[in-house]
Parts: sequence; structure tokens; C-alpha cells
Amino acid sequence: MTATNHLTNYIIHLGDNALILGHRNSEWCGHGPILEQDIAITNISLDLIGQARLFYQYAAELMNKSSSVTGLATEDSIAYLRDVMEYKNTLLVEQPNEDWACTVLRQFLFSTHQQLLYNGLLKSSDQQIAVISEKALKEVNYHVKWSAEWVIRLGDGTEESHQRMLQAIDSLWMYTAELFEPVPYELWATQNNIGANLPTLQNEWMKKVENIFSEATLPIPIQKGWQKGGKTGVHTEHLGYILTELQYMQRAYPNCIW
Amino acid sequence: MYTEQEIWKILATINDPEVPVLSILDLGIVRHVICKDDENVEVVITPTYVGCPAMDVIAMQIRMSLLQLGIKNIQITTVLSPAWTTNWMSETGKQKLKEYGIAPPRLQKAVHQQNNLFVEEESIPCPLCSSTNTHLISQFGSTACKALYQCKDCKEPFDYFKCH
Repeated sequence: MTATNHLTNYIIHLGDNALILGHRNSEWCGHGPILEQDIAITNISLDLIGQARLFYQYAAELMNKSSSVTGLATEDSIAYLRDVMEYKNTLLVEQPNEDWACTVLRQFLFSTHQQLLYNGLLKSSDQQIAVISEKALKEVNYHVKWSAEWVIRLGDGTEESHQRMLQAIDSLWMYTAELFEPVPYELWATQNNIGANLPTLQNEWMKKVENIFSEATLPIPIQKGWQKGGKTGVHTEHLGYILTELQYMQRAYPNCIW
Repeated sequence: MYTEQEIWKILATINDPEVPVLSILDLGIVRHVICKDDENVEVVITPTYVGCPAMDVIAMQIRMSLLQLGIKNIQITTVLSPAWTTNWMSETGKQKLKEYGIAPPRLQKAVHQQNNLFVEEESIPCPLCSSTNTHLISQFGSTACKALYQCKDCKEPFDYFKCH
């Protein structure tokens, strides 16, 4: 692995997390529990897809400079022309929306991680990663606030909503360890002061999650086994279905624009 | 040859497609104008929100306006840092927003962190009746840059251009 490969993989990984969660959230468009929340979740989608574009544009620029890549890379080719095994998002973000409890919990677990990560990346020795993080962080702060409020509202709500949150924790908690377990390109990024130190972030993340869970009267589960692999391209079955929809137009009508 | 001042004047006539009462200068989107010679002009812009769909339209409008002046090579550069903030919005811009029915952003204070959950930004004045007896309906509104409020006195729901 050359340094450029590690760097583009790292940037694409950051972009993939944003794109796939943005796409998942966009599935709520027109189906939100009330109009204002429908607008909220689609606004969060827009922010995340915007982040993905900035990371992909940067990755494309690096790929085009490197001689090993044939053909011109663009943000679109990165999003629309890679298959499942080439995607580097964590398993958490590709999990199905299920109900509102599951959707807001996924957002809370992920955004809390993303807030800590981007805060760390402000000091990245890679200038472009630092400025994208600075820009995105302002919006991520709103995502954390919005999703934490929902976790508390449902956890400490009715018997039914509490039950739904317990189920959501049961389905999603097993994917949280992957957020903090570095894969080779992340280790490389940390060693070169480009990435953040994930194990340190994990402690802070746990404290924040414990605070909100305790206010929401929800337990931190005891997890016996963890699911991981997305960051190196080993995904759950769900990602294939997401890409089928996301990439349909470009696959059916190559180079189509509108 | 056009001077930079003349280019700024042209840019002042371009409005934001989603909030059409504001020019792109009112918003603080245009950071620099560099006139290299007769035919080469560079305009440096910065996005408001990362996913703002208006940015592509704005870049195209800048290009069209400058092409009409006969400038051949127009370079539009996007910079991300320093990150755009509502503090860059002009006073005239804020006044125009209020007259349009959107509460203008207040000066940016502390960034939202987790410790202020369920806490609303204090008393945003209603753009219609100026009452400060208003409440937050949703942190996310009709576009990425707005939150949804309602006035408890005149009952009118309104958009608030949120601090960023």
C-alpha cells in the first residue's frame, strides 16, 4: 500500500459513512412521523450527502494525480461506479431504518462518534481533511443535539416507546465497536497525524452515550460479540440493496445527466 | 478592463435562489474577486452549508453574469476555510430578511454542544409583530439554514435563519 492509497482509502471511508447514512435517512422522505421531523431527517441527509461530496471531490483529485488510476475519477464515479466490496462505510450506517426509534438511535450513536472524530480531525496534518471537518462540524453539532433529544424523549417516554428503544439498542449495539477499531488505512492515518486516535475517542464516546442513556432510562447492554468488516469492504446484505437503488440510473444509462 | 470594484457591483445583483431577497454579498458567500487582466477573473466563494443545493446555482449565475460582460475566462474557486458563519451577513441583509418574514440570525455565541439539550435559543423576535414570546418548533426548517419557530402572540409560524 502506498501512502496515496492509504490516504484516498481513508478519505473515501469518511465519505462513504456520510453517503450511506445520508441515503438511509433520505428513505424517510415523505414518511416521517410528522411533517417537521420528516423535514429534520431529510435536512440531516442533505448535510451528510454534502459531506460525502466534499470527501469524494478531494479523493478524486488525489486519484487523478496518481498514475496508477486509469480514467478520470470524479465525485460521481466514486459514488455511482463502485461495487459493495469497494465501499468502506461502517456496518452501523447501512442498517435498515426499521422504526423511528432505530433511526434516531443509529443517528445518535453515529453522530456522537462523528462529532468527536471531526473535532480530532481539526488538527489533521492534511489541510483539506481539517477544513472539511471544520465546515461539517457546525452541522454535526445539530445532529447530535437533535438525535440525543429523541433518544431521551423515547427512552423516557411511554412504555411502548421505551420498549422500542430497547429493541433498537438490541439491534444496533453490536455494530458500535467497529467505529473505534482501526483498520490499516486508519492506523496509517493516525501514525501520520492525519487521522484521530480512535481508542481515545471511544472512551469519550462511551461517557457521552452513558450520560444520554442514563437520562433516557436506558441500559448500556452487555455485548458478547461484535459485528465488523464494513471498513474493509465486508458488508451486511443491506448495502447491496442500497447501492442497487442509489446507482440504478448510472448503471442503466451510463453517463446520464439531468 | 473591469476593476474589482465593478465586478463586486455586478455580484451584488445576484440573489440567493432560496432566499431571493438576499444578494450573495449580503450572505457573505463571495470572499475575494481577483481581476487578472481583461479576460481573466477569479471569484472565490464559500458554501453556507456543506449540502446547500443553492451553491451550484449560485456559481452558475456568477458565471453567466460575468460572461455577459465579455469576460472569457472565469474561474470560480470554492474555499471551505475559514468556515462560513452567519456573523458575515450584512446589516442590510438582516433587515431585508426581517421584512421578508424570516427572523435574521443573532450573533453567534457558543457552539451547540450536548449539555444544552432541550434548550432553545432565547426569545427570537417574531418578524411580523416583533414579540419575543416565541417558541422553537423544529431545529430544521424549509432549507438547511433555517429553523422553524412560532409566535405565541400573533400565532404566526415563521422561519429563523439559524446561527451557524
